[in-house]
Amino acid sequence: MKILEQKGMYSEFPRCGKAHARTTHYCPGCGHGIVNKLIAEACAEMGLQDNTIFVDPVGCGVFTYYYWDASHISAAHGRASAAATGAARARPDAVTIAYQGDGDLGAIGFNNAFQAASRGEKFGCIFINNSLYGMTGGQMAPTTLEGEKTTTSPFGRDSSITGYPLHVCEVFNNLKAPVYIARVSVADTKRIMQTKQAIRKVFEIERDKKGYALLEILAPCPTNFKMNAQDAAAFCINEMEKEFPLGVFRDSTGDETNRPQSIDVPHFDSCASLFIEKDSAPPVEDDPAIAEKRFKFAGYGGQGILSLGLCVAEAARLEKRHTLWFPSYGPEQRGGSASCSVVVSGTRIGAPTVEHPDVLVCMNQPSYERFAPDVKRGGLIIVDESVPVDIPPPEGVTLKRVPAIRMAEEFGVPKAANTMMLAALKAFKATGLEDGNLETALCASFKKKPQLADKNRELLKKAEEKLQNL
Amino acid sequence: MTKFVKGNEAVVIGALYAGCELYFGYPITPASEIAHGAAKWFPMLGRTFVQAECETASINMMFGAAGAGKLSMTATSGPGFSLMQEGLSYLAGAELPAVVVDVMRAGPGLGNVYPEQGDYMPAVKGGGHGNYQTFTIAPASVQEMLDYTIEAFKMAAKWRTPAVVLVDGLQGQMMESLTLPEKELDRPDFSAWAAQGEAKTRENLVKSIYLDAAQQEEFNNHLQEKYARMAADAKAETFLCDDAEIVICGYGISSRIARTSAEELRKENIKAGVFRPITLNPFPREQLAAALKGKKIMTIELDAGQFADDIRLNLAKAGLGEEAAKVRMVHRMGGEVVGVDEAIKAAKEVLG
Repeated sequence: MKILEQKGMYSEFPRCGKAHARTTHYCPGCGHGIVNKLIAEACAEMGLQDNTIFVDPVGCGVFTYYYWDASHISAAHGRASAAATGAARARPDAVTIAYQGDGDLGAIGFNNAFQAASRGEKFGCIFINNSLYGMTGGQMAPTTLEGEKTTTSPFGRDSSITGYPLHVCEVFNNLKAPVYIARVSVADTKRIMQTKQAIRKVFEIERDKKGYALLEILAPCPTNFKMNAQDAAAFCINEMEKEFPLGVFRDSTGDETNRPQSIDVPHFDSCASLFIEKDSAPPVEDDPAIAEKRFKFAGYGGQGILSLGLCVAEAARLEKRHTLWFPSYGPEQRGGSASCSVVVSGTRIGAPTVEHPDVLVCMNQPSYERFAPDVKRGGLIIVDESVPVDIPPPEGVTLKRVPAIRMAEEFGVPKAANTMMLAALKAFKATGLEDGNLETALCASFKKKPQLADKNRELLKKAEEKLQNL
Repeated sequence: MTKFVKGNEAVVIGALYAGCELYFGYPITPASEIAHGAAKWFPMLGRTFVQAECETASINMMFGAAGAGKLSMTATSGPGFSLMQEGLSYLAGAELPAVVVDVMRAGPGLGNVYPEQGDYMPAVKGGGHGNYQTFTIAPASVQEMLDYTIEAFKMAAKWRTPAVVLVDGLQGQMMESLTLPEKELDRPDFSAWAAQGEAKTRENLVKSIYLDAAQQEEFNNHLQEKYARMAADAKAETFLCDDAEIVICGYGISSRIARTSAEELRKENIKAGVFRPITLNPFPREQLAAALKGKKIMTIELDAGQFADDIRLNLAKAGLGEEAAKVRMVHRMGGEVVGVDEAIKAAKEVLG
């Protein structure tokens, strides 16, 4: 017997592990075998074998890489649409085709397939619906018909406890992004010819980069239907099509005006052009003579506590110090107290946490009560005058009360209480950093609002004068 | 010139310098700044950012991108890292390079968003099914979050393996000075095995299935041999170990607490040193044995003892069973961090 060359398929199937294998692993009368041929033919006839990436499923379709002569990625169960998203994004010039079954797409991987369709990923998804799980042993699938017997619905699918068959095309047709959604069948010759045209259409859409396409194919599974091939085909036509009507649900491929508009993004040629800041702080230099200093800044969210810490950190960076800033984060940042730690050192910084601050700046009572007892002997606490200091500071710790909130209000800028605290840090020489650098750092923190930089520099000066008179 | 950035931002910058072309991710505290940075900077450099529908999708998108021959990454935290274990097994099974950054938070379950090191075992020993490992590296500073993200990409490509950058919430959120690399890495060429949709890769097949038991065993042996060779790229850092009576072991953030604790102990004339594995897999066993032989040993860790157990295992495998039996630990969990005071007190107790 002369064996005809099958277009788009390997002439032999050595990947199946048998020498000179020419037959597929599909059962006689299985829809997969027909669809496999149609896909291979379409791919070859359209000259796309070099350009196609097939993403193979888990299920009966897992071995399509034995047959289709093009590159393949064999995905995890249910994840072909996610893997196809990755492949299509990585290789936008390629034609990416995901091949999935009822369990793979309809059950475990439904959300991945649905979300890929919703994003309008540029791949085609060919979905084989044979109303059950084939490879795993004929179990119920989301697509199983009401009353249909499977190994996990031995008395027939009971809709009162398992719901109703899942209509994948109809569900996906509620999405805006897909350009093509259709259901076809391979149960007889006429239907097979229609399916071939639909498969070509999917390849065309992906070749022309038009968008996401879903093609559902009703396929007989004689083995698990427990029928001969003819009866299985008849079941597809007479029973499955009643539940899953054939047709084109969407074809907007001809409507070029209906494509989403992309939003412009500023473009940079290299990492260096994007990330190098020419006016930023100089590289860190080791100076063992500079002792490590640990700061804690604390108050209510919205009092500018984190920025105050950042300002001190920036000043330290201008002096080439090793500098670390660490905020309280998580739910804390969304209300209530906020705090941050800053470590400044002449040498490499070890522990990032500040257990015993040298300097504590406190803008509210809970922070004072929480952190004041931990301040190091010889350390300094600067606290807003509004905070009652019922608990005395630890022995050997200096306490300074500063009218930061009141001064900011008097200057007409209540939000600038943190700048008032910076003035206090300067006035008490609490940071060990140069005044000029603290001012530069304050201005730098308003890089995006230069008018506020000048205003805050002025407020800083006024606050310092006032503090000297206190 | 230096930048002052969060550890999480340094990861993104490092990935871009390493030539990572695609980011797939699902936001989760305390790793979200990585997704924020990637969403902004990847497109600005003409690269791809995709917000996935879940972590399972992220890791499988990476599988597809890596299968198509491009470097990709994701970042997550505990719950998401759990969801990615199956995908990591597939990546290892198909020998695909990709990088997962796990910014650890407290668990189990939903836990909270504060720092913990409870993902040590799944990250280091291969938390998914089957006999696989990942290349796992543990930065301890913002600069290292950039440098070792780049190293993770290099190693992923070199060994055709998924790589994990294992950090914690504290490191992700803290800011330090960052010096940028001089140049970007060259893009690796994976056309020998990847499915790239080009004529030269038409015969390529990316898969993790070996239906034949003998073939599956042969592949497993190949993987194990590869992991044995990977040991050449193990990295560690030691600090004042030579004359130390006690060596404090810790990785990531714990290694910094160990360093300050050792410095403070030295001020009290107690000879303390620090051993810090930088790569957690391959584990720097030779360096560990050299640093810890004959010493008293204490670990600092933010978990229930997963790291201490691995130190014991590696000491035992290095023939230092006596030292292994004496490993002590000071640890916190739930988002609490071991304090320097606490570590010093524990070290003194170990010394007796």
